[in-house]
Amino acid sequence: MSVVERHPYVDNPGSPLPTLEGHISQGRLERVLRAGHFVVTSEIAPPDSADPDEVYHRAMLFDGVVDAINATDGSGANCHMSSMAVCALLTRVGYSPIMQISCRDKNRIAIQGDILGAAAIGICNVLALSGDDVSAGDHPQAKPVFDLDSVSLLSTIKTLRDKSHFLSGRKIDSPPAIFPGSTVNPFVPPVASRVLQLKKKIDAGAEFIQTQYCFDMPVLRDMMKRAVDMGLTERAFILPGVGTLASASTARWLKNNVPGVHIPEALIKRLEGTVNQKAEGQKICVELMQKIKEMEGVSGVHIMAYKQESSVADMVQESGVLNGREPWFPNQQ
Amino acid sequence: MYKARLFATRYSRLYERFYAFSEPIILNIMRIVSNISGGRLDGLMTRMEKASKGFLFDCKMCGNCVLSSTGMTCPMNCPKTIRNGPCGGVRENGQCEVKPEMVCVWVQAWEGAERMKNGNKINDLQFATDKSVQGSSAWLNILKQREVQAKEQLTVEKAS
Repeated sequence: MSVVERHPYVDNPGSPLPTLEGHISQGRLERVLRAGHFVVTSEIAPPDSADPDEVYHRAMLFDGVVDAINATDGSGANCHMSSMAVCALLTRVGYSPIMQISCRDKNRIAIQGDILGAAAIGICNVLALSGDDVSAGDHPQAKPVFDLDSVSLLSTIKTLRDKSHFLSGRKIDSPPAIFPGSTVNPFVPPVASRVLQLKKKIDAGAEFIQTQYCFDMPVLRDMMKRAVDMGLTERAFILPGVGTLASASTARWLKNNVPGVHIPEALIKRLEGTVNQKAEGQKICVELMQKIKEMEGVSGVHIMAYKQESSVADMVQESGVLNGREPWFPNQQ
Repeated sequence: MYKARLFATRYSRLYERFYAFSEPIILNIMRIVSNISGGRLDGLMTRMEKASKGFLFDCKMCGNCVLSSTGMTCPMNCPKTIRNGPCGGVRENGQCEVKPEMVCVWVQAWEGAERMKNGNKINDLQFATDKSVQGSSAWLNILKQREVQAKEQLTVEKAS
């Protein structure tokens, strides 16, 4: 039986919420952020399948512990179900998805069409990304597009939404009420300029920022301090990214093979020194979440637990970052 | 040329001064030559621009030149052609994620911008390039733009 049919709904949970005053979108993520709660988001790796239940099963793992779910868009330049389709399925049952758009695969004509379509389906949040190069994934033969970059994409969303016309100037009848976000990586060169780049993204229209994996707290703290000093945390919600390391060898592999992932040597040593490395990796993730919650200017945390999605709920509960709050989910009593 | 490009970033302050001084001269010469020749020498001037900027900056002739806003580093050398970089994939040693043998174009750009007098222009938002002018002369495009703007100004003045 389909997962969707098992939920007895009174109202249609996929219907958009009324837009509150001062809000951009009709979505729940913006509401929770603006209410000042510490927000938890996580992400789904879209399935290599055409079965919608695979999407719902993955989403259900996060029930009651996350406020929004990112659907990655061909992450690592590997082919999976499209982000828009995953978000459409999740929206139907009331989840609050974040549609990722990678500039690698689509030009400005396709992207603008997708933004309108996404808003029409009820998708409220879009994360603008430049995207990994095609050479990183399983289709290195593909043509990389990169017509826009993430900042241009953010400006495009702003143009569609606020000026109600396409980039060409052609009028849009009903503009898309999208709550846009983007990413920043505080740990790779030029580290000193990363906060300026964060400012550029916020200037371009980013309302929320999810970062790359944060394992190095002093570097993150330093960037956050500068962001607070520059008033950036007043203008956008910042959600540092955390992740789980399955073992010391996984950590070392990530560090050496995935550009942009920075893991301090001390953390890898700590993993090496334990018998149950997986449990220790999760313990580290819990500690990181707790440390991030204490940081000034932070609005929440984004958990990337690739292939360890089933442990997200336990880690969030153990960390106590939700302060007993239970985020909405379709089958909530 | 890769080495010349790195040199331009290292001496971005010098290049900036030279560029600020020579750009109006180049533009004026090009305007005069273009007018006298009736556009017949535009192709030759475009090739000259390609040869000089190609050697100095590894210019890709995008036709939307922003060198002075990007630390005298041509952003079109970025494999993702990002105009507001860098991306999040820069290697810890500052090399490009896609081409590990190359220094990240945007690491260079931010370094170059720091040495420049008006380096803070790197904080301006750059919109993606207009692909319809790919391969054309950025300088001639500036002249064309100015002409259009002057005409618009004239119609506005006439109307009022």
